[in-house]
Amino acid sequence: MIANYGYKDGSGEYYISIDTDKCIGCAADRACLTACPKQMFEIITDDYDDEVAWIKKPNCRTLAYDCADCKPSGGYSSLPCIAACTPGAIKHSW
Amino acid sequence: MITAGIDMGSRSIKVILLEELKVDGAPQLKYGVKKAHIMMPGDLDQDVAADKAYDEALASAGLKREDVKVVFATGAGRKQVSFSTEGITEMTAGAKGANFMFPMARTVVDVGAEEGRGMKTDAEGRAVDFAGNEKCAAGAGSFAEAMSRALQMTLKEFGDASLKSDKSIPMNAQCTVFAESEVVSLIHSSTPKNDIAKAVLDAVASRVCAMVRRVGIEGEVVLIGGMVHNSGFVQSLKVAMGVDSVSLPDMPEYISALGCALIAAERQH
Repeated sequence: MIANYGYKDGSGEYYISIDTDKCIGCAADRACLTACPKQMFEIITDDYDDEVAWIKKPNCRTLAYDCADCKPSGGYSSLPCIAACTPGAIKHSW
Repeated sequence: MITAGIDMGSRSIKVILLEELKVDGAPQLKYGVKKAHIMMPGDLDQDVAADKAYDEALASAGLKREDVKVVFATGAGRKQVSFSTEGITEMTAGAKGANFMFPMARTVVDVGAEEGRGMKTDAEGRAVDFAGNEKCAAGAGSFAEAMSRALQMTLKEFGDASLKSDKSIPMNAQCTVFAESEVVSLIHSSTPKNDIAKAVLDAVASRVCAMVRRVGIEGEVVLIGGMVHNSGFVQSLKVAMGVDSVSLPDMPEYISALGCALIAAERQH
């Protein structure tokens, strides 16, 4: 399942997509949990009884601000969460 | 076997009591809705409201609590249903319910009072892709309701009025509060009510469509949730999505509760 967490507002579209099929039995040992400086990722058991990552609810409404420090303007050449997720399950829409 | 699905929406509580059927010679008829019940909570205590809605549904079906094998809850307030066995997300429940009503459904659009979302589903009714809007209610029923109030119309009149307009007036405001100012400006510039109604519903449809496009539009498109009752919105959504038809279930606001009850029943086997 592709789970899109985030929102669209007057300033743009801010979604983090997690491909839960790649997330099940994570090959990166859940590196996203520690890679995100804001600790936005959390492991949950979804409706199909699979253990997958999701974005914590409060962060889903503030992604544009929460992720700003990790974007190129914050000095990063690649996003820590995407770099840590070696199975390639995480994508940002902006 | 009877299972219950409760959809704790932000505006209303929907209860479905589902009965497992054993019809000889018709193996496809596995489940039937025994009772559908809706209640508008009178107070803010969601636990009490859930109890009351469930008891009302059971009483009108002539059942007792012990007759129901399992209760699953969904919706924004699903965690408030203290007597539920399990809580499932609106995406999973909506996809399952829509697929039960329309087995060829692959794109499900759910527009309720406070939130809209788009889901892609497989042949078994399993959600394979979803997107919502966690921040803004501009793509939901409450937005249309607030605008109809500004025009001093009921929601039904509002929907019907929009169908009488063929004008496209863009609404630029993304926020309900600012959009109301825009509606007031249109009123002051003597724009006909029909055109304003269409502008508002086009704006809601365009916000919903943006979410649905994120997951992709394919196969039969089904619209569920209370906004199905707004004929003007349905038309605006069809145009925004660029599809010829959108399938509309008979009891659109109950579909997530139905999906919930179906998942509850299937997990007993």
